[in-house]
Parts: sequence; C-alpha cells; structure tokens
Amino acid sequence: MVKRILAIVFILIIGLWMAKGLDQVSFGEDRMLVGKYYLEHVKEDTGAVNAVTAVVVNYRGFDTLGEVTVLFIASTGVAALLWRKRRERTAKTDGSVVLTTGAKLLLPFVMLFGSYIFIHGHLTPGGGFPGGATIATAFLFLYLAFTVYEIDHKLFEPLEGIAGVGYVTLGLIGLAIGGYFLFDWIWQSWGLGKENIGRLFSAGFIPIIYILIGLKVGTELTGIIDNMVKEPEEGGQ
Amino acid sequence: MNCIQCVEYIIVFLMIISAVFAVEWRDLLAAVVGMAAVSLFASIAFFFLQAPDVAMVEASIGAALSAAVFIFAIKRTERYESEEEGIGWWVRW
Repeated sequence: MVKRILAIVFILIIGLWMAKGLDQVSFGEDRMLVGKYYLEHVKEDTGAVNAVTAVVVNYRGFDTLGEVTVLFIASTGVAALLWRKRRERTAKTDGSVVLTTGAKLLLPFVMLFGSYIFIHGHLTPGGGFPGGATIATAFLFLYLAFTVYEIDHKLFEPLEGIAGVGYVTLGLIGLAIGGYFLFDWIWQSWGLGKENIGRLFSAGFIPIIYILIGLKVGTELTGIIDNMVKEPEEGGQ
Repeated sequence: MNCIQCVEYIIVFLMIISAVFAVEWRDLLAAVVGMAAVSLFASIAFFFLQAPDVAMVEASIGAALSAAVFIFAIKRTERYESEEEGIGWWVRW
C-alpha cells in the first residue's frame, strides 16, 4: 500500500513538472523552427512534394533505418520464440463463402493498392510502412480464407534480406559520393528528375528507398503472421 | 462550434468508450475487438486532423494486423481472463 501511494505521488510530481514545462506552449502551436525550414525548402532539397515523406526518408533517413531494424528484430524475435522443427497449419475448415470469395476477388486490388501507396510515397500520403502493411493484410486474407495456403519461404526471406541490404547499400553509396550516410546522391549529385517535380520519376532516392522499405515491411509482417498461424504438429515438439 | 468539430468530439468520445470496454471486458476476444475499434476511431481522428499518412498506418497496422496477431495469440492460449480476487479497479487501470 505504501509502495502504491509512493508511486502515485511520484507520478503526480512528474506530471506537474511536465505540465509546468508544457503549458508555455499553447496546444497545436508550432514552436520549432526546423519544421518551417523543412516546409520551405523541401522541394529544392529533396524534390518530394509530400513533405512528410521527405522528412522521413531524406532528412531523417537514419531514424527510418532504425525503425526498419526494430521491425526486423521484432520479426526475428517472434520467429525465435515460436520456433519448432516441424510446424504446419492445423486449421480444419476453410473460411466461409463470403471470406473465400472476398479474398479471391479483393486480393489483386489490395496488393495493387499497397504497391501504389509505397511507389507513390513522395507524391501522395503514405509510404513504405502503410504500403507494406497493406500487402501483409492481403496475405492475412489468404491465411484466414484457405487452410492449405502458405507463403513461399524461398521467395520471401531472400526478398526481405535483399531489401534491407539494399537500403544500407544506398546509404553507403551516399557516404562515398556525398560525404555522409544516406546522402541523396541521385538528387543532389546527379540531379535526375529536376524538371518533373510532382511526377513519379523525381525526388531522388525516396521512391527507391520506399519501394525497398515497402517490400521489407510487407515480407516481415507476413512472416510474423505466418509464424503466428502455424502450430507444431501433435506430439512432436 | 461548427459541425466538423462535433464529429471530432463524437469520435474522441467513441475512442474513450472503446478503450474502457477493451480494458473491462473479461472475454479477451471482445477486448481485442474493442482495441481495434480504438485504433479505427484514432485513424478517423487523424484523418480529421489532416494527417492522412498517420491515418493509413493506424488503420492498417492498428486495426487490422495487430488485432489479427492478438487473435492468433488468444487462439493459442485462453479466451477468458482469469478472475483475480481482492484486486480493485485501480490496479487494472
């Protein structure tokens, strides 16, 4: 009881302290100058129309590499926790007619929409993470609808690795050309696509990196779903 | 107060209601649905706050994928939360 009271008092003190610091800033007001800089210079710095994407991939590219790494660790952790020698799908019945028909009909469109989200990340809202998650949702559909379905591991795991290595390689090429990791060499050194800002082939390496992130997130989340669905066979551990 | 703001208040209210249900329901499957509802309403709220990027991520990961992962986990464990005696509501919260 004493411990709990102490905890509550401690939380109240921290809350008071944070509230005192934060009440100087009225809600929703922008006190940071860096955001204004990004909004004003985003087109000549990166060539992307969507400023959110430019911040995520270009200005703060290293953070995004960290996010992808965190996701990779999470996926690896799930696989390591649930690892067994022989694991198979144990569901006995297929999904209902609505689910199976919906999965068959909607699958190409969901995949197309996911690819659209990450290919057009520098033009429209979205990017690699929502696009990859949408593609993983398509595979979730397949897993729920059909009992025998299983992803092609020979295709998915190398694709995941290639996407991750490709991201780091792009960053290292930037280090070699421009002097720092994840330097946008396609936009700033080569100047490709300077004349068509706002179209698909612009914004330097942002579309390339977002395609890689989309593939990586999609395959990783699908791998997590695959690991969660499959169960070890009866008796065999 | 214009009408967009009314809608925002309704969405936030629904989020709070869903969150309370997600904590309170003993049936974990229902609690997962409540949690997914929180994510869904949060996604709509993000859209109203003019952040479509975040809304997309919240809808696809929060509402669809994490709910699915939780449901798979419940399938492998137990569906109902065990009753704990003598612990008040302030601990669950």
